[in-house]
Amino acid sequence: MYQYDSYDQQMVDARVAEFRDQTRRRLEGKLTEDQFKPLRLMNGLYLQLHAYMLRVAVPYGTLNSTQMHMLGTIADKYDRGYGHFTTRQNIQYNWIKLEDAPDILADLATVEMHAIQTSGNCIRNISADHFAGAAADEVADPRPYAELLRQWSSFHPEFTYLPRKFKIAVIASETDRAAMRLHDIGIRIHRNDAGELGAAFYVGGGMGRTPMISPLIRDFVPLDRLITYAEACLRVYNRHGRRDNKYKARIKILLHEMGAEEYASQVDAEYQHLLDTGIEPPFAELERIRAFFADPPFVDGLGDDLDLSDQLFAQWVRQNCHAHKHPGYLSATISLKPVGGIPGDATAEQIHLMAELAKEFSFDECRVTHAQNIVLPHVEKRRLFALWQTLQAAGLATPNLDAIGDIIACPGLDYCSLANARAIPVAQKISQRFADSGKGDRIGELKLKISGCINACGHHHAGHIGILGVDKKGRENYQLLLGGSEGADTSLGKITGPGFDEDGVVDAVEKATDVYLARREEGERFLDTYRRIGMEPFKEALYG
Amino acid sequence: MKILTGNDLKSGVVTWWDGTGWSLHVEDACDVGEQAATILAREEAERRVNVPYAIEATRGEDGRVRPAHIKDRIRALGPTIRADLTLRPADPEAGTWVI
Repeated sequence: MYQYDSYDQQMVDARVAEFRDQTRRRLEGKLTEDQFKPLRLMNGLYLQLHAYMLRVAVPYGTLNSTQMHMLGTIADKYDRGYGHFTTRQNIQYNWIKLEDAPDILADLATVEMHAIQTSGNCIRNISADHFAGAAADEVADPRPYAELLRQWSSFHPEFTYLPRKFKIAVIASETDRAAMRLHDIGIRIHRNDAGELGAAFYVGGGMGRTPMISPLIRDFVPLDRLITYAEACLRVYNRHGRRDNKYKARIKILLHEMGAEEYASQVDAEYQHLLDTGIEPPFAELERIRAFFADPPFVDGLGDDLDLSDQLFAQWVRQNCHAHKHPGYLSATISLKPVGGIPGDATAEQIHLMAELAKEFSFDECRVTHAQNIVLPHVEKRRLFALWQTLQAAGLATPNLDAIGDIIACPGLDYCSLANARAIPVAQKISQRFADSGKGDRIGELKLKISGCINACGHHHAGHIGILGVDKKGRENYQLLLGGSEGADTSLGKITGPGFDEDGVVDAVEKATDVYLARREEGERFLDTYRRIGMEPFKEALYG
Repeated sequence: MKILTGNDLKSGVVTWWDGTGWSLHVEDACDVGEQAATILAREEAERRVNVPYAIEATRGEDGRVRPAHIKDRIRALGPTIRADLTLRPADPEAGTWVI
């Protein structure tokens, strides 16, 4: 994986020193909160319901064991013994003291990490397929391109004050595992008819209060023009994006109002102009970055056979393991969704354990997924049982990936100052109910996503079943959505009708799955059945 | 009644104006009546509190102060999903008080 050069390290160290001074001035009263707030936000430090919250960037979700250990150490040393992995492949700490924040950033810098651009109207942490470099179906590892984009976008002076925040995801397979088309820019690396690698640009997707699926703006950008084209996309947005209304400031609104064709045309004109200015980094730089992402030394000649005689192990393999590009290996997902647990939370002890497992079983590497789980990307099949036994003993072997218990949930009103309703308790009740009844095992793939407000950090628009918490006259109320998807078949969920209270929405989810179980045809997922039979049978069950 | 709340500047913890200073416990909050703006301006300027604001609350028959909005009740108690991290970890009724 990528390692900082001296320039990267200097930038991060300088930022730590700068923030230490800013924090000192705030604590001494030389800066007001109004003056300090944008400065702390530029370093990922929010003020939430109970304390300061620090969001740490995990570029394209990739961590080595040293970095993962540091995340555990921070949870122990500065927080209350746990962290929360987010839908942006980052980690958040909920109980940070302002006076500790500079020391935390300094500790992070020692392992080539930071919290820069995890807030504010800038280009945020670049996300990617969590199986990058391991998936059997990818044409290339997307992370070198994500890293190039990270370097380009870090402290980019032109894009530090965009109309609104800006999120980019990069994938390199037909199967979209990064919700790519629900980002401001989604990039898919693919091969053209001539066999050359290039980038397809999808622009103007997003969730939030106005969810939109991004249209394809350009099918093939040569990889040695990647940054130039991205710059053109951002320039047109920066020029025309609205700054008068924050709710209409995202690029998706610009594309909607301008039209995708007109936007693409303006980007193309800007691109042609930029081609003459030589802003593209030398191809050698991309090659330098790519070298950091070379395959680890896989063992050749390993068998693909697995002893699945242990039923629990077999269930975990079927549910939580993913095909690897190299024979004899699998990618294993550690579910952070124990039955009735808090989605995405991990204790310091668990974080340290996962770091050790990454070191022992996966070439010192792990990934954070946007579904709030952890992936060990390269595990030898012959050692999989030993890995599973360790996870089992630590309560980290819940076999529920992409099942109804694998719920995405934002922190909601339990932590977040923007939230209108709690999301986590709803997730816990649903998880517990379907585990207790055993129905979860019969349902198969069902992606359930819960947001505590319209900002949609819990991706409710993209859930096969989505839940949106709202404030209804001072009380929590939950809208139910059906039919969303984030994959290659991206779609947006539709609201079923009037909302429910906390227990009511749990009942409603069960009723919706009962309709599915009664009406499904051979091989159909919940989403397939919904798409075939439509909303009416579900509405009848919910409100009839 | 009208009460004042904010966060401690250094630690970020939630605090409540008790008439002479800032308490961790909402039970200590006092009714500030028409003095809210004056107290808020003074206390924030002195950095004894960060981002303070006034909210509506009621005092129950048991004498306990209860913020009107669930968001502030969660702030007063702590996350409803982690009783161990709240100010009333041993109180089984704490969650009911919030909701």
